[in-house]
Amino acid sequence: MTIKGKAYIAGIYEHPTRHAPDKSTAQLHAEVAKGALEDASLTKADIDGYFCAGDAPGGVMAMVDYLGLKVRHFDSTDTGGCSYLVHLGHAAEAIAAGKCSIALITLAGKPRTGVMPPRATGAEVDFEAAYGATTHNIYGMCAMRHMHEFGTTSEQLAWIKVAASHHAQYNPHAMLKEVVTVEDVLNSPMISDPLHRMDCCVVTDGGGALIVTTEAIAKSLKKPLVRMIGHGEAMKGPRGGKDLNLTYSAGVWSGPRAFEEAGVTPKDIKYASIYDSFTITVLMQLEDLGFCKKGEGGKFVADGNLISGTGKLPFNTDGGGLCSNHPVNRGGMTKILEAVRQLRGEAHPKVQVKNCDLAIAHGTGGLLGVRHAASTCILERA
Amino acid sequence: MDSKVKYPTPQGNPETKHFWEQTVEGKLLIKRCTACGEAHYFPRSICPFCFSDKTVWEESSGEGEIYTFSLMRKSASGPYAIGYVTLKEGPSLLTNFVDCDMAKLKIGQKVKVVFKTTDGPPLPFFTPV
Repeated sequence: MTIKGKAYIAGIYEHPTRHAPDKSTAQLHAEVAKGALEDASLTKADIDGYFCAGDAPGGVMAMVDYLGLKVRHFDSTDTGGCSYLVHLGHAAEAIAAGKCSIALITLAGKPRTGVMPPRATGAEVDFEAAYGATTHNIYGMCAMRHMHEFGTTSEQLAWIKVAASHHAQYNPHAMLKEVVTVEDVLNSPMISDPLHRMDCCVVTDGGGALIVTTEAIAKSLKKPLVRMIGHGEAMKGPRGGKDLNLTYSAGVWSGPRAFEEAGVTPKDIKYASIYDSFTITVLMQLEDLGFCKKGEGGKFVADGNLISGTGKLPFNTDGGGLCSNHPVNRGGMTKILEAVRQLRGEAHPKVQVKNCDLAIAHGTGGLLGVRHAASTCILERA
Repeated sequence: MDSKVKYPTPQGNPETKHFWEQTVEGKLLIKRCTACGEAHYFPRSICPFCFSDKTVWEESSGEGEIYTFSLMRKSASGPYAIGYVTLKEGPSLLTNFVDCDMAKLKIGQKVKVVFKTTDGPPLPFFTPV
């Protein structure tokens, strides 16, 4: 059984807000759901599957009640920022298996203007909590080791932010629209070595939603057809501390699974949405997914190679989490949204990839240098 | 983190009680599986590699080297250095590097365990040799 070609993304919506002191988190979920339904020309009554993660207030039961949904399939898998890439894969499975026909996936929250719930802990808590792990220093540790083993430089990492900023200048909703240089990144304050402030993503209120459906329903609607042709997911952690290696992520397993199911290779990809919580996140994922060899990510991203129109692999053409939006500190949803825009031909004309018929949306969630998940989705224009 | 930092008190549980009893004695314990021979950290009663329940406590030398680290500069309690140490016995563990010039830390540097007090059992940290 495969999900290849079984599920279509019929509706997308990204909340234009980046700062929402006057809204509730549940309200933002409802607003993005409404936006995605309108984009798909469907109504709430059509939804029979619902997916949400840890950002949904009260969890899936509270959200289904709040939104007034009547569903026969639901999934509240929470793997941090990549939850929505996991949900897209799981929604495709559910649709392929006939468990639902129109699935809604929502993400929303307000880390800028509200209090974020504490990160969930497990059996490791007594052995790790005292050491002050944050996203910044855990990803910093990955970057330190990558530099140590492969000679990756801060200049190379900075090129990832530079490329994102080139794209963000065309996104009217982007939080940071200013084009920056490698020097700007290197001159920004050091947060956690070797990551500077501009190596880090933005913190934004907001959200996004997707409608996933069957081929027959998608074809009855008006939007250009975008379908899932491959999905992979995986997890990685210290696992007892044996053979610790922070230079690769679970993407080394999720990526090949997705490419194999889709029957395509990284060389075929026209556009890549790659989770960019930090610049190092992108560099490691590009290697792990096979866009270049392990250790050669620095060379691959340098000199504008990720800039749409001039580089070989246009990435995050909305400005990504580094410049545009990182709602609820969870970047998986916006990765899917921009990939769909590219495949529909709805990206900004300045960053739209010509004849974009094959795209990847990939992300990790959790803490890359500790325990994390990865999810890879391959999408094509049908 | 400096000495002014108040570290969280390990809560412990039946599976890890012995570990925390031994940090009071200044000992860092790891677990070893007598079925597959692999050592692991943090301690589990069932081996995470072969799933045997034949795991035994073993005292670590407390010596190892820095696998990686990052100096966190934006912190309300002041800068601190988080990192992984690979113990001589094999397992790597998350820790902080303390009682040292954090600007001089290097990957591969030799370190040894030191214990810091909490309201309960002491917590293991590492410092350059």
